[in-house]
Amino acid sequence: MSDTSFTGRLRSFADSDLFYSFRRSRTTVVAAVALTLLFVGAVFAPLIAPHNPFDIANLNLLDSELPPSWLEGGNPAYWLGTDTQARDVLSSILYGLRISLFVGFASVILAAVLGVFLGLLGGFVGGMVDAVIMRVADVLLSFPAILVALLINGVMRGILPANQHESAAILVLVLAIGLTNWVQYARTVRGSTLVERQREYVQAARTIGVGRLRIMLTHILPNVLGPVLVIGTINLGMAVLTEATLSFLGVGMPATQPSLGTLIRVGNEYLFSGIWWVVIFPSATLAVLVLAVNLIGDWLRDALNPKLR
Amino acid sequence: MFVFLVRRLLQAVMVMLAVAFIAFLMFRFLGDPVNNIVSQDATQAQREEVRQRLRLDDPLVVQYGRFVVNAAQGDFGISYRNSRPVSALLAERLPATAELVLVAAVLSLVLGIPLGIYTALRPRGVLSQGLQIMSLIGISLPTFVTGILLILVFSVWLGWLPSFGRGDVVDIGWWSTGFLTASGLKALILPSFMLCLFQLTLIMRLVRAEMLEVLRADYIKFAKARGLKNRAIHFRHALKNTLIPVVTIFGLQLGGLIAFAIITETVFQWPGMGALFIQAVNFTDVPVMAAYLVMVSLIFVVINTSVDLLYNVIDPRLRTDPTRATGRGA
Repeated sequence: MSDTSFTGRLRSFADSDLFYSFRRSRTTVVAAVALTLLFVGAVFAPLIAPHNPFDIANLNLLDSELPPSWLEGGNPAYWLGTDTQARDVLSSILYGLRISLFVGFASVILAAVLGVFLGLLGGFVGGMVDAVIMRVADVLLSFPAILVALLINGVMRGILPANQHESAAILVLVLAIGLTNWVQYARTVRGSTLVERQREYVQAARTIGVGRLRIMLTHILPNVLGPVLVIGTINLGMAVLTEATLSFLGVGMPATQPSLGTLIRVGNEYLFSGIWWVVIFPSATLAVLVLAVNLIGDWLRDALNPKLR
Repeated sequence: MFVFLVRRLLQAVMVMLAVAFIAFLMFRFLGDPVNNIVSQDATQAQREEVRQRLRLDDPLVVQYGRFVVNAAQGDFGISYRNSRPVSALLAERLPATAELVLVAAVLSLVLGIPLGIYTALRPRGVLSQGLQIMSLIGISLPTFVTGILLILVFSVWLGWLPSFGRGDVVDIGWWSTGFLTASGLKALILPSFMLCLFQLTLIMRLVRAEMLEVLRADYIKFAKARGLKNRAIHFRHALKNTLIPVVTIFGLQLGGLIAFAIITETVFQWPGMGALFIQAVNFTDVPVMAAYLVMVSLIFVVINTSVDLLYNVIDPRLRTDPTRATGRGA
């Protein structure tokens, strides 16, 4: 157990209950494989993608609206076909996946940091501070996330000058989604903080004169972080979906920097001209991504919390 | 009961005041209201005159009070983009959204409850398993993707149903309805199905889970021992207790339907309030955003409050402990 070398750690992970339950659940393994493939595709998009969809010099309009390569009229150079601007659909998806995943992760991290901080503060300090935080959380929770995110998005667009909307789109999305989703973290962390606050080690720390901030951050925080990872995983699927929805509605990523949602929105406009592949493949990618994240999140929740089984 | 009622209503009023405050702040500080009224080359004196007329120099609390009074009378000012009263814009688009949400809500109940009962009574059946898989897909697929797929199959490939708009509408007073024409009804099918799908699967799974739970309860065993017919057990005894959580979830999800109608309306170019709201977000049309926020919040608060009260009436166990009734299931 005390073997701290890398292989030793790997071996103890391979022997762990967590890994055992992972291997036992076939859907989770499939989801993990799918997710890994999507991750690799997104991270290494510039290396993997057969074309650069943003390099205008590279685009040949003669190649526009080509169907996928296995259909009649398809070109083997473009596996999943091309759109009306002759951009390779597969490459656009890989680059879009990058943006979707980035926004997803960034907003989950923002929500987690904010939620953990507010939950810790509310649980430890109590009183008015706690009451205000929890009232705001209650109100936020009684509205659907998409509505709150839309509203924050609209307010931020109002604050920013119009010519910066495109360049700040990622930031606006991360803030809108992050500020919407912190409630769950805050509630969970607050609950465990209320319990931990009464424990002996906290009282001991107090007795020897440790400051309040330090007790919060170095003594209580590590003990309430457990569920945050699970909530984060489950929320990642939600965050990716919210981003895609906002982009689809036309208030997210602009067409010059398309995420999966933007690709679906743009493709949707050509649905009636028969070029279904520009909308179906990004949609399928998004669906697989969200489904895989959700399946892994569900498994993680069950595996780490035996009581729920 | 009375104390609970008063407390719950007070809570609702507080939430509405808070929402109105957010809307007011948006109004007041998101862009300068004066700039949206005067022309580009107005002099300082003209600007000052407008400020005076709008009484923007009053204390903030007074302005907020005025905003609440005006909002309560349905006056949200003039849309920056359309230069028309916001209340008129919303009223014009309310029927489209209301009919869409109504049809979707009814559909989700009418389909969801029987399917849930069926999958609970025949858990091993082929149809049940199929439905379970379908519902998993239905919950995981982003709603706008479902909508696009529906359009692709039923409008583009099969050509059976229209893919956008409401069809022909009939005006009854100020309310325009699509219920009375064939094209209006046809136009409703795809959007309402897309909108109800998520809630449908939710209700189906909920009814199934509750039903399985209830069927294991002692009183069902006693009913069986008494020799009651299966049908009487399932529908008179089991179903009743199953429906309590369904009422809660249905009520809470009704608000969700209104929010998700924004997406449906975008996919199907449905001329409702959601489409108006998206337009407002896109162009920072603050009065429209604020009015939509207040209006939807009002609907939400009314629904949530009545569900809580209704829950209290339906389930006698909750009456002794009023604090439990405010805990939300989902």
